[in-house]
Amino acid sequence: MRHVDEYRDPQAIQVMLGQIESTITRPWTLMEVCGGQTHSILKFGLDELLPSQIRLIHGPGCPVCVTPLEQIDRALAIATTPGVIFCSFGDMLRVPGSHGDLLLAKARGADVRIVYSPLDAVAIARREPSRRVVFFAVGFETTAPANAMAAYAAARDGLDNFSVLVAHVLVPPAVDALLSAPECEIQGLLAPGHVCVVTGWRDYEALAERHRLPIVVTGFEPLDLLRGVHAAIVQLERGDARVENQYERAAVAEGNPAARRILEEVFTVCDRKWRGMGEIPASGYALAPAYAAFDAERVFGLGHMQVEEPKECLSGLVLQGRLRPTDCPHFGKRCTPEHPLGATMVSSEGACAAYFHYGRRAAAEAAA
Amino acid sequence: MCLAVPGRVTAIEGEGEFRTARVDFSGVTREACLAFVPEAQIGDYVLVHVGFAITRVDEEAARQTFEALRAIGELEATTGGDDGASR
Repeated sequence: MRHVDEYRDPQAIQVMLGQIESTITRPWTLMEVCGGQTHSILKFGLDELLPSQIRLIHGPGCPVCVTPLEQIDRALAIATTPGVIFCSFGDMLRVPGSHGDLLLAKARGADVRIVYSPLDAVAIARREPSRRVVFFAVGFETTAPANAMAAYAAARDGLDNFSVLVAHVLVPPAVDALLSAPECEIQGLLAPGHVCVVTGWRDYEALAERHRLPIVVTGFEPLDLLRGVHAAIVQLERGDARVENQYERAAVAEGNPAARRILEEVFTVCDRKWRGMGEIPASGYALAPAYAAFDAERVFGLGHMQVEEPKECLSGLVLQGRLRPTDCPHFGKRCTPEHPLGATMVSSEGACAAYFHYGRRAAAEAAA
Repeated sequence: MCLAVPGRVTAIEGEGEFRTARVDFSGVTREACLAFVPEAQIGDYVLVHVGFAITRVDEEAARQTFEALRAIGELEATTGGDDGASR
């Protein structure tokens, strides 16, 4: 596939690895923020190809993983309400709530449907005016404009049987919280390329300045990731700390103006609870007052719900890059993709699932 | 979740904010909303995420990336190394 295959070309990858090897003179610790990047790194074995002085720690960029338990419980409460059609992206269905998950609710008779696009949920609401249709709006800035368009389309069509359960989170405030932690070891950051396609990188310039570290807007293919690592290492070796774009074919500094406009129209910034990280100020989106009629928490009266996170799952530490998945005592034992203790083992982008699927489990056992 | 896949626009329908494209992903065709990429034309590559094109792939930027890589690769081949120059 064009714009994919050439970024997996072994020769190009060798050239880039050579560049990194000839630049690096001492150990550096980088964090890739996005779960999609984590998966590429493990899938293509980049962590094993890179010089041993480079330590990659995996960031909180998996929206499925950081969605707090209480939001999953709200989803379950809504999905099991008679007459409701609950629409979600597929990867939310197996995330454990306090009592079961959405897939189990579906097996027990709830009308839970997987949608490809948020507009599919609006189309269902249009087709089924006698049913209440709820869309589970999960995601980072990449997904937020598409989810905003669902509320926008429903408002335009005057649909009164459609609402949205919002669990939107924002990358820069979470990264700011990680970088502000006293035990933070992150020296350079690979910023999430598709988030930056939407938002641009003005917010990241403030982070680079405040925390004095290089931030490189980075794509998702092996060559993209190596170019991101190389740019970060060049900056670190020189003592630079600025935002740089290595995803030139997709991202520009100001982001996507049309997507940003719809975000401003439909959402307002709010405080959000993150799984494992607690509440972070101004780290999410809620529906703007003009769209309050589409707020499922209001429609179903669930705003008050508060739930404690389970103690046995250590995903909070994994999401902050403070625990390698294979160092968790439950990894591959009590916690597997078939029987997950937490979301990081479920999601296609969770760090625990990435380590499990790409054989790091065997490596960890061999080393032990 | 932030996965976005490049595909080629093969047809465009409708107008305004709900303009829709048919996008070919190496033989698999899906619809994508063009609300955020109003400038997209047939033949363009777009990155598609949850049924929405989020950007047009900048062909010139992609070309420059590989030109820069080739320059490095050749440079290394001609400045020595154990096997570069003789190959």
